[in-house]
Amino acid sequence: MADALTLADVERIATLAHLELTAEEKTLFARQLTDILAYARQVQSVDTSGVPATAHVHGTGPVERDDEPRGSLPIDDVLANAPDGAPEAGLFRVPRVIG
Amino acid sequence: MLLDAGAVAIRNAVAAGEVTATAVCEMALERAARLNPGLNAFNHIDADHALRQAAAVDDRRRRGEPAGPLAGVPVAVKDNLCVRGMRTTASSRILERFVPPYDATAVARLDAAGAVLIGKTNCDEFAMGSSNENSAFGAARNPWNPAHTPGGSSGGSAAVVAARCVPVSLGSDTGGSIRQPAAFCGVVGLKPTYGRVSRYGLLAFASSLDQVGPFASNVTDAALALSVLAGPDPMDATCAHEPVPDLLPTLGDGIVGLRVGVPRAFVSEGVDPDVRAAFDATLDILRDAGATLVDVELPHARYAIPVYYLVATAEASSNLARYDGVRFGHRADPSAAGTLREMYFRTRDEGFGAEVKRRIMLGTYVLSAGYYDAFYLKAQQVRTLLRRDYEEAFARVDVVAMPTTPTPPFLLGEKADDPLQMYLADIFTVSANLVGLPAISLPCGFSREQLPIGVQLTGRRFDEATLLRAGRTLETRTSWHAATPPVA
Repeated sequence: MADALTLADVERIATLAHLELTAEEKTLFARQLTDILAYARQVQSVDTSGVPATAHVHGTGPVERDDEPRGSLPIDDVLANAPDGAPEAGLFRVPRVIG
Repeated sequence: MLLDAGAVAIRNAVAAGEVTATAVCEMALERAARLNPGLNAFNHIDADHALRQAAAVDDRRRRGEPAGPLAGVPVAVKDNLCVRGMRTTASSRILERFVPPYDATAVARLDAAGAVLIGKTNCDEFAMGSSNENSAFGAARNPWNPAHTPGGSSGGSAAVVAARCVPVSLGSDTGGSIRQPAAFCGVVGLKPTYGRVSRYGLLAFASSLDQVGPFASNVTDAALALSVLAGPDPMDATCAHEPVPDLLPTLGDGIVGLRVGVPRAFVSEGVDPDVRAAFDATLDILRDAGATLVDVELPHARYAIPVYYLVATAEASSNLARYDGVRFGHRADPSAAGTLREMYFRTRDEGFGAEVKRRIMLGTYVLSAGYYDAFYLKAQQVRTLLRRDYEEAFARVDVVAMPTTPTPPFLLGEKADDPLQMYLADIFTVSANLVGLPAISLPCGFSREQLPIGVQLTGRRFDEATLLRAGRTLETRTSWHAATPPVA
């Protein structure tokens, strides 16, 4: 039987993932993630000694384009989606970070 | 009615001046408006946009300019593909008001081909799901029976083609999200080879697995759509330079001598009897058409589900880090949010639904110190073994046949509270994504409850032509693709 995830495990992962979870979500995810990981653990029974990892399935690797300068999206168009844009300055506003 | 006749028939009628693109567009808008309250298949129907595009097609024709390959063909695209100026939400609260400043390459190519975009289709949030129930805007419904799922994640795109609102739509397929809903709705769904179609402007879920592809009511229309979508794109470094063959002329060439691999051991367990009967009957039809059936082994396919859910969630946890309330999308109320860090956490809590959070959590866990080697790296190694299984199979056969899904469309609500059971339903589709091969789902029968069943053919890299030719052969010997649901 796989080790069960504790609430502390769930809180640690949620912090890494920048997620604030409710108490109910923490309890639910502890159970569900335990079940899913117990199932996923079957990959550990496969003999993979000497087998390289596959991270991507491109035939020949990434395709490069010519290094030609080109325009970017208009700043006003991009800032139109910002939850707190400052179009006059061309910036995104966020809560103060430094003192 | 012209809408039922398919994309090629519409394009030909528009090009010949027998009907205007505007008239076809109005038919599609009327049907979409009439059926969508029952289907919830569109997140957004944009009549103004569609009529503008249709008028432009008609103007070009009046000026004597050549009609595009999809001139006047109404289409719909999954709501995780960016359309400039049109709300694109990925069925997520976090993007509820997002209006992209650019078009996805697939969307731009439809536009350049003369297609008329009717609207954006419902899907599981960020394409994470197999039933459409993870949409923040409620599940789409199966046109064959609204109590059942249309499948997921591209359920809306499958439903709108099945209901004949549009002859062609786009979906994305990370682990079966085109093929499974195609099977569940009784339409054709094609996941191209990884790299065949640009992913630029597709909201990323798992970048090594995601691929854009078409739904259509018949194989010829799917081939036409792929020929428009495929080809290199300077905006996507994973989009291949492989030449795109003309897919239409070879569709009718038949399959005499085609070697069809059947992984008997893999497809013997847990398959619904109705699905098994439809699959076996399809194999007989392929053999009668001149194909040779060959037993193949895919020894690592039984690990495909755990490998997929480890790899896909790891990639998703990274891709979805961008949704933090800074540059676009939802931001938690600043007066309550406090510090920047607290704003990130609250924004993501408020914006993401349960399945997206679950997958981000799972992916973060398997990438974290102490678990990376045991889960993520191990999964990537088994992914290599699965690739070798397929390489060995394709040394002996030209396509591999499986049922698309182990069961007919399940009931809405049936698996909603059990994520692991939902994941297991993807058993036959996830492998093609892990190994990057093209795969198509074709209608091949109905269950006793009159719900559609699909068969899946997987092909060699960049050999969509053979899949389409085999599919067209099945169409000439059966009439499953011509069946329309009661609502249509």
